[in-house]
Amino acid sequence: MRFALSREQRDFSSSIAAMLADSDTPAAIRAWAGGKHEPGLALWRQLAELGVTALAVPERYDGIGAGTVDLVVALEQIGYHAVPGPIAESLAAVPALLAELGETDLAASRLPALASGTSIATLKTPPAVPHALDADIAELRLCLDGDAVLEFPRPDGAPLTSIDPARRLFDVPGGNTTRLATAAAATERALLLGTLACAAQLVGAGQWLLDSSVDYAKNRVQYGKPIGQYQAVKHMLADVATELELARPLLHGAAVAVDSGTDTVRRDVSAAKVSAADAAYRAARTALQVHGAIGYTAEHATGLWLTRVRALHGAWGTQAWHRARVLGELAGTGR
Amino acid sequence: MDLDLDERTLEFRSEVRQWLAANVPERPLESFNTAKGFEQHRAWEAKLADAGYAAVAWPAEYGGREASMLEWLVFEEEYYAAGAPGRVNQNGIFMLAPTLFSHGTPEQRERVLPAMARSDVVWAQAWSEPDAGSDIASLRSTATRTEGGWLLSGQKTWSSRAAFADAAFGLFRSEPGSERHRGLIYVMFDLRAEGVQVRPIAQLDGEYGFAEIFLDGVFVPDADVIGEPGDGWRVAMTTANNERGLSLRSPGRFLASADKLVGLWHRQGDTSDTALAERVADAWIRARAYQLYTCNTVTRLSEGGDLGPESSVNKLYWSHLDVELHETALDLLGPAAELTGEAASDGGHWSAGYLFALAGPIYGGTDQIQRNIVAERLLGLPRESSANRNRSGS
Repeated sequence: MRFALSREQRDFSSSIAAMLADSDTPAAIRAWAGGKHEPGLALWRQLAELGVTALAVPERYDGIGAGTVDLVVALEQIGYHAVPGPIAESLAAVPALLAELGETDLAASRLPALASGTSIATLKTPPAVPHALDADIAELRLCLDGDAVLEFPRPDGAPLTSIDPARRLFDVPGGNTTRLATAAAATERALLLGTLACAAQLVGAGQWLLDSSVDYAKNRVQYGKPIGQYQAVKHMLADVATELELARPLLHGAAVAVDSGTDTVRRDVSAAKVSAADAAYRAARTALQVHGAIGYTAEHATGLWLTRVRALHGAWGTQAWHRARVLGELAGTGR
Repeated sequence: MDLDLDERTLEFRSEVRQWLAANVPERPLESFNTAKGFEQHRAWEAKLADAGYAAVAWPAEYGGREASMLEWLVFEEEYYAAGAPGRVNQNGIFMLAPTLFSHGTPEQRERVLPAMARSDVVWAQAWSEPDAGSDIASLRSTATRTEGGWLLSGQKTWSSRAAFADAAFGLFRSEPGSERHRGLIYVMFDLRAEGVQVRPIAQLDGEYGFAEIFLDGVFVPDADVIGEPGDGWRVAMTTANNERGLSLRSPGRFLASADKLVGLWHRQGDTSDTALAERVADAWIRARAYQLYTCNTVTRLSEGGDLGPESSVNKLYWSHLDVELHETALDLLGPAAELTGEAASDGGHWSAGYLFALAGPIYGGTDQIQRNIVAERLLGLPRESSANRNRSGS
């Protein structure tokens, strides 16, 4: 057993972090929300240059075919910087779906463009994912209906608005869809990877919220001292740190389970999502409380992360659904 | 990154499992906080020691089997899954022994450790004083130099296991007029020595889990001083890190409780109570998180890392997890949950465990202290005031 990131994985994470830290992601998020995708797409292109868009694509389709832990490491950084766009869909769920389908022509025609970052994918998979994120800019627009994989046309209307303004959601019109394939195993794998990708982004976003709150608490002075000196503030932040520290091993453990093909993988992915969403949401609420009024303004970045976390909290399966699945998977194992 | 156990560890697991299946007493022992139960547990520890399981991580010369940290984790998982008795000598094995390995002399290790492994000598801790709880550095009990050793005087309290134990270890002020962390000495002393008076204190459950210790000129030979006189604080920090950190609370006990809770839910849970179902799931998820977190810690330590302030993250998490597991079980059991002992459907396992768990967020550094440590040392938030700059947080 060696349950820690390798040096290569830590280096990979640092290089993504360095690239994103140099970019003005809050500006890209705000532009994306207003329908101006260019700054955000520039981030996607940089991620593609680092190989991030190719991680989940098998080598025979011009991808990297990396392990799921590598993917999760990258997605934590993407979540940390709140990169806009259909991340879980394009970087994890859709590559997993197409690679698993066994329809080599379909995979060969779509996956290389996803790997190179020249194409972006979206996925609707109700009930967990009832709307298609960024379907207006996605070249590959898929919808799972039971075991069926359908493709739907580019929507022409305006997006539904989300609590996270950068999440541009689209209704998928009934009819006018094309059945591409049928495969239960592939759709399940797509859901697992999408859920895990969502959890990874949540852990990353939670860490950003904690870090920014700690910075603020060190610098904001009231009653003559930094507010981070008060135990009431300290203890809230310590609790956030503790929850995030313990959410991360579940996330990495679930990634290991995905790759090792163990029969506990559904349980492990659900546990990771529950823990990541709760920890990130606590981080978000605490960040707002620590920042006070400035954090409640549209101008301050806290709100971008807070609303992202709230949106992802319920995406890819609710907490109740995942908890029920954990219990269900544990039936017969208890003492 | 993987969670696979190698061949050697798997063999070790199956060997431990077989031994426990054949040797764990069928009827639970009486509580080790009773005179009778204490001796039952002492006998059980001797049996464990004979099989080489009392302190698996120790060197063989002291009665261990040089298990790796991973094997130790596996041992603990198997131990608690088998429902084996609580460890009456855990203060010794998990707090004093690491201190001796770091700061003791070879003579001390040879004299103390094998007897500890067999529980011929059961150890109590003697840290707190009536006016020195979370703030241990304000302790006032003294050690006065005398020929060939030291004379201990003062009062210790909340000393776990002291009601029935044979010996204790703790800090005393050896330099008159010294303040806080300076001028302290770390000693081991015989609880039956002349001048020692032990007054047991009944806990929430009515049993004598801890005691007050009154000391009046109790002689301690130089051979029972650990480290240099005056350097006791630094020596004690080894122990404190072990208590808060990995050693005292391996994931095995919580995993066993979580599995039991899930079993209880599937057998007799009210499936229409979705709120309770979610809490059962959460408790299991948190036990699993703690297991994986520990796997990461073990990997880090085996690659040369150290425990540091993460030990406070550890302690905050498991102490709450333990309470949560038991509260959830009691809610599941409904009105019958209040029953204890033979009257309870489960032999009182959950109600007794609940009362035990409630102490977790207090001993070994309260929640409030642990949160300060996490905030200041892990997150780098400023300390509260310069007057407390040297506060250790134990």
